[in-house]
Amino acid sequence: MTEPDPAEQLVHARGLTKRFGDFTAVDGIDVDVRRGEAFGFLGPNGAGKSSTMRMIACVSPVTDGTLRVLGRDPATDGAWIRGRLGVVPQEDSLDLELTVRENLLVYGRYFGLPKPLIRERAEELLDFVQLTDKRDAKVDALSGGMKRRLTIARSLINEPEVLLLDEPTTGLDPQARHVLWDRLFRLKQQGVTLILTTHYMDEAEQLCDRLVVMDKAHIVAEGSPAELIGQWSAREVVEVRFAPGDHEAMAGKVEDLGSRVEVLPDRLLLYTEDGDAAAAAVHERGLHPVGLLVRRSTLEDVFLRLTGRTLVD
Amino acid sequence: MTVNLATRTTPMPLAGGLAWRLVERNLLVYRRIWLLIVSGFFEPVFYLLSLGVGIGALVGTVAGPDGRAIEYTAFVAPALLAASAMNGAVYDSTMNVFFKLKYAKTYDAMLSTPLGPADIAVGEILWAQLRGTLYSATFLLVMAALGLIDSWWALLALPATMLIGLAFAAVGMAATSFMRGWQDFEFVQLAILPMFLFSTTFFPLSVYPRPLQLVVQLTPLFHGIELVRPLTTGAGIGIGLLGHALYFVGLAAIGLAVTARRLEKLLLK
Repeated sequence: MTEPDPAEQLVHARGLTKRFGDFTAVDGIDVDVRRGEAFGFLGPNGAGKSSTMRMIACVSPVTDGTLRVLGRDPATDGAWIRGRLGVVPQEDSLDLELTVRENLLVYGRYFGLPKPLIRERAEELLDFVQLTDKRDAKVDALSGGMKRRLTIARSLINEPEVLLLDEPTTGLDPQARHVLWDRLFRLKQQGVTLILTTHYMDEAEQLCDRLVVMDKAHIVAEGSPAELIGQWSAREVVEVRFAPGDHEAMAGKVEDLGSRVEVLPDRLLLYTEDGDAAAAAVHERGLHPVGLLVRRSTLEDVFLRLTGRTLVD
Repeated sequence: MTVNLATRTTPMPLAGGLAWRLVERNLLVYRRIWLLIVSGFFEPVFYLLSLGVGIGALVGTVAGPDGRAIEYTAFVAPALLAASAMNGAVYDSTMNVFFKLKYAKTYDAMLSTPLGPADIAVGEILWAQLRGTLYSATFLLVMAALGLIDSWWALLALPATMLIGLAFAAVGMAATSFMRGWQDFEFVQLAILPMFLFSTTFFPLSVYPRPLQLVVQLTPLFHGIELVRPLTTGAGIGIGLLGHALYFVGLAAIGLAVTARRLEKLLLK
């Protein structure tokens, strides 16, 4: 692997490891995030995404391996690095004893910024996250989506070079998610590097230029959304439904129509480059499915293939 | 890991000034709920009026710091002054800190900024101490108005109570960092209330049998009262006062160091 220019490499991890006692949360991962890109950590719960994010955010000491953020070592330059990061944590940590605007003012002060500058930025940021008319409201009175937007505004008060977002849209309704995505997309266009974790595949496809899939403390795949689909799934998926109980038997009769066939309790998934042709072939063979649907392959297919369908708690 | 611990805790960042940002934050919060702060001031004043002035009328005089008889009210007032510094500091450094630590995630958010655990420890302890100082200063004014100050040494009573407040805030916050739930705060009450009642606040040490005297002499509030009572009465001023002051310097240093360590352990996992 050729090493890119360190100035353009905002996160550089080699063999990065995090252990809590006997439990290994992150097991020797290699990650590089370049300036200006949107980089995603995908994975089921407990895969090690948040632990990785906390190490990058310099709030969790590295157990083993190398980590450089903005070219520096979190163990020695934590405060310097944190001064240049924006962090949107998984759980809202807004100051409930302060108003919306005060949250921004006080947070800016933690970065040692002068008051007039913070006041100016606070107005711009309230406008950016569409909370200007809530500026004097108590944080408690805000909806979930508003709280998230305020958290994002707060994370931008120091004009960070890198924005870390840990599951930014978990628990939000569809409208709120789309507003948030729109704001994040604008930030990306302004040149802010985004690093996010998510288990929503549509979110990853919408926002990420490049991503890694994590499972059980390891990175199991890496690439752009399109590359990952090309590598781990087929271009299209045919979902075929038969009568309940017939799926196992039918799988053998269609498996040559695609690169892979997967049996689910209620349907077969046929991974293929040409969905329409495969669908036609199913009918030609006289198999009479109860239902049939051709769709584009998504990251979700990749994700489930790589991390399995078993429930993770 | 040990290397990380060292580099993050050692530079006590008083000089960096970031700790004052926490004080700023708390000022902003309390600007709206100032009544809550004012109420804390009345407690020692009520004690002074009921026990000092009321019971004082029955008691008359007691032996002062140098053994000579002084008015009972003048005996009780400096003790209540020291206790008000203690109470003000303990209020903030226990319950309020615990809420921010466990529920509001206030410190987690702060740690995403250049602030470190030591800044948070210093900032909160400073704030709690300032609250204690506010109570002490107003209580001193009340004492002056009631004619209970008999010496110019009393000018040193304010810095003395600031030192007492600092130590109690530091120890209070250190203790809070070990609390598992709200029920553990019963232990704080269990420590504060008997200390308030028996640390020679309302009667001199001589009333206790010798073994109990030794126990009383170990309590921090006893040292606080021993430090403040000579200053407001002007009796028994001596080099021994410095010893009591040093006791509080040591207590504050230990409390601060323990708090910073514990916050690091709790928040930087």
